[in-house]
Amino acid sequence: MHIFANPGRFLSIAKPLTPWLGWSGAGLIAVALTGGLLVTPPDYLQGETVRIMYIHVPSAWLGMAGWMGIAVASLMQLVWRHPLAGVAARACAAPGAVFAAVCLATGSIWGRPTWGTWWEWDGRLTSMLVLFFLYLGYIALAAAADERGGEGADRAAAIFGLVGAINLPIIHYSVLWWRTLHQGESISLGGTTIAPALLWPLPLSALGFTLLFGAIVLMRMRAALAHIRVEARLRRLAEA
Amino acid sequence: MAGVKAKHQRLTLTLLAIVAVVGATLLAMSALKDQAAYFYTPGDVVKDGVPMGKAIRLGGMVVDHSIVHAPDGVTIDFKVTDGSDTVPVQFKGIVPDLFREKSGVVAEGRFVSSTLFLADTILAKHDENYMPPQMAGKMHESASLDTSAKTKALQ
Repeated sequence: MHIFANPGRFLSIAKPLTPWLGWSGAGLIAVALTGGLLVTPPDYLQGETVRIMYIHVPSAWLGMAGWMGIAVASLMQLVWRHPLAGVAARACAAPGAVFAAVCLATGSIWGRPTWGTWWEWDGRLTSMLVLFFLYLGYIALAAAADERGGEGADRAAAIFGLVGAINLPIIHYSVLWWRTLHQGESISLGGTTIAPALLWPLPLSALGFTLLFGAIVLMRMRAALAHIRVEARLRRLAEA
Repeated sequence: MAGVKAKHQRLTLTLLAIVAVVGATLLAMSALKDQAAYFYTPGDVVKDGVPMGKAIRLGGMVVDHSIVHAPDGVTIDFKVTDGSDTVPVQFKGIVPDLFREKSGVVAEGRFVSSTLFLADTILAKHDENYMPPQMAGKMHESASLDTSAKTKALQ
């Protein structure tokens, strides 16, 4: 990771990598959604509403993975003072928040015909909503630190990013620890309870959205680095 | 060398803090176990006594062949079980499409007598099994049995 302590070296790899990640992600998503919306059969109980899963599950995964990214970057910022860590954590926040919101919205749309309710305060739904609020808090805190920060404020954002990760195992285990309205795990290390005919677009969709997420994060990091560069140059011009 | 030492110190402190926060959270979560449950099961009700008149959620499996439609067309009676205990439930209104026998249900309402739970709202609980309709026939039987065994194991 220390190779990338030099932003120039990071940029020379990030720049060509971005379109590859973006386009391969978009291609996989197109295949997965065509399969999931048009090819796979409906579910025996849920009927056609099962297709929401091909968006809902990858969104849930990326909502959580986004915060995992914030937490790892925050750790690198706090311990190793990696110069790109703060930039990387901030770049994960907005897309992570969007995916968490998409997860909540699609889950709600699925819940109405399936459960008979748009929203219930059970363990899984509540902990996922908390994740969304954590994102908003992190975005606000990081923005405040950037505006009139200093190192202390920057560190506060990193500590928040690290501590917030405690919500991730809570989301994951909520359906195992507590009785919830949300069903238990369909996919675990032990296997899956989704029939193969319904399952196959799901990993493609998850991988596709993950690659797209990576492209968005790299784009945002490049934009943030360019912004820092512009500000430094303007400062130098003003001094001269 | 001083830089390396400071780095190790920060790493140790951060790891200690992480362990402390994770430990505190796990303790809090295990203490929350019962309070954070979204519904009571018939077993809870039998074990702890019927909470008469108090608004609660009752969850479990709808007993096979237990759904009875009253002549008025809107009232239904059915039984909810967790495998060991069973509670009769009455509901007046429209149920979700997925409400059916041998399937999960969460009923919001209150006990009006020790043998009748009057529900205001019925929610269907979906399980973790997904399959095409052709596969469902025989599979569903075993799948729903698995789920009730699992619900039981969780208690």
